[in-house]
Amino acid sequence: MSFYDEVQELRGRYPEDSRSAVLPALRLAQEKHGWLSREALEETADALEVTPAFCYSVATFYDMLHLEPVGRHTIDVCTNLPCALCGAQSVVEAFESELGIRAGETTADGEITLRAVECLGGCGYATVVAVDDRYRQHVTAETVPEIVGEIDG
Amino acid sequence: MAEHKVLLAGTDEHDLTQLAEYRAIGGYRGVEKARAMTPDELIDELQRATLRGRGGAGFPMGRKASLIDRKSAKPKYLVVNADESEPGAFKDREVMARAPHRLIEGCLISAHAIESRDVFIYIRGEYLTEYEILTAAVEQAREAGILGDVQITVHRGAGAYICGEETAMLESLEGKRGQPRPRPPFPPIQGLYMAPTQINNVCTIATVPVILELGAEEFAKTGVPSSPGTAIFSISGNVVRPGNYELDLGTPMRELIYEHAGGVAGGRELKAVVPGGSSVPALTPDQIDVPLDYDSLGAIGTFFGAASLIVVDDRCCMVQLALRSTKFYMHESCGKCTPCRVGTRWMVQILESIENGTATHADLDLLDNIGDNILGKVLCALGEFAVYPVASYLHKWRDEFVAHIEQGGCPFHGSSSLDGILAPSDQHAQTPVGEEALV
Repeated sequence: MSFYDEVQELRGRYPEDSRSAVLPALRLAQEKHGWLSREALEETADALEVTPAFCYSVATFYDMLHLEPVGRHTIDVCTNLPCALCGAQSVVEAFESELGIRAGETTADGEITLRAVECLGGCGYATVVAVDDRYRQHVTAETVPEIVGEIDG
Repeated sequence: MAEHKVLLAGTDEHDLTQLAEYRAIGGYRGVEKARAMTPDELIDELQRATLRGRGGAGFPMGRKASLIDRKSAKPKYLVVNADESEPGAFKDREVMARAPHRLIEGCLISAHAIESRDVFIYIRGEYLTEYEILTAAVEQAREAGILGDVQITVHRGAGAYICGEETAMLESLEGKRGQPRPRPPFPPIQGLYMAPTQINNVCTIATVPVILELGAEEFAKTGVPSSPGTAIFSISGNVVRPGNYELDLGTPMRELIYEHAGGVAGGRELKAVVPGGSSVPALTPDQIDVPLDYDSLGAIGTFFGAASLIVVDDRCCMVQLALRSTKFYMHESCGKCTPCRVGTRWMVQILESIENGTATHADLDLLDNIGDNILGKVLCALGEFAVYPVASYLHKWRDEFVAHIEQGGCPFHGSSSLDGILAPSDQHAQTPVGEEALV
């Protein structure tokens, strides 16, 4: 199915005159392009029959929508209070040293983006790390090399 | 007392993500009972159960349903708040992952009560696995003909704490930036797509089948009279066995911390408990005999909130705790109301100066003053959520704040559990598209 047709399918889930399909459509565009480039936003806007500026205004609001290129894989480390109290900073630092980048950056080969993120809702299983949106729980500095190895492998 | 599993009943013994297994333990009998009743009878039953909303505010669920304008010519909507984002809370996630059909059954019963045929479940974008489980369960129920003429749509958010606020959620669901609306009009009158809308938390809706199964009177006998039923308590931080525990409301907090969660980890001393998710005033160790229910927690100046306890041991610097907490609320402020948008940033700056040792005593009063100028002056509770915890840390652990000022730095530096903790707002900001930017 083309991107356009997939967006029409999404629009069909919501009342006809609504813009409710914007978020799912932007997510779809991001999955296709890797990030929400100008081209991706224009294609989405066209399929939704709204302006690219409207899509951009929505996209800038949400943390999971990327307005700049990100790596092929993303590593999101929760550093909110419950994880922080259980040593999340040591997990961030272990990823930084394993990957040779700072949190917020992408590896030079464009493979992996590392970020500190706000609460992922896994507080009882600290530290929580989302690798490509799949949760890894009870992560410690010691288990970081293994996680990076799995991605590289 | 042992756990009392009601919302999570059967989840240890069965795979309740499967329709057949949920049915084998009596699942979907509640919706049959409900559909044999008129909406008025059903709302009456829900009102008599006095189930209080589990999302934080504690508003009686049946009463909320009674406010829906069912005579309206517009469609009536049920929106389930599954945008669980309060730091410390991870209970809705467990219900969706382990008992999705109980939530779906609750949706169908509640939809019948308000004569709705359109249900939206707004799940936070990060909960990808739970989204997949829930959509698969909805599909199973649809194929089995259980949904009847009700359409259940699972809608994913995309990373914004504020969308857990009910009117911001409606905006987001309508495809806009998730910024809260002024009230009135309240959602039961004018909610999603300007139509009457009931909004409830996952745990509230998942409790509804239990009310139908037991009957309102039996249900109301569990828990305490002012807060019947059970709640799933999320407990995290410095305890031996963090996790979710489903307990009768009114269970002493001490029992949850020391018996169920095994007490403070590593044999350390308890310093603070933030009892309702990170947004509520913290308690000191001498306050933990409080019963876990809405009114008892309210009576000692805090909130039941999201039933999520963050346990803090004696290694933690309270200024660092306040700073990391406020950075979160600053990051998540939607920017609509000036006191919250500007005030949270200003609070962060002051807390940073206290932590760095460059603040003066006057800054402590200023911090209080900024808080006073946010409280009650914003459209939604987020601004207040930023203030409540910090104000409580400042008042209950004031000597720590003063010590930072008098010693010209953090007395706990090098030994605090939060030393150097990075917040997303510390990372280089995500820049617009650069040369390709559309604006």
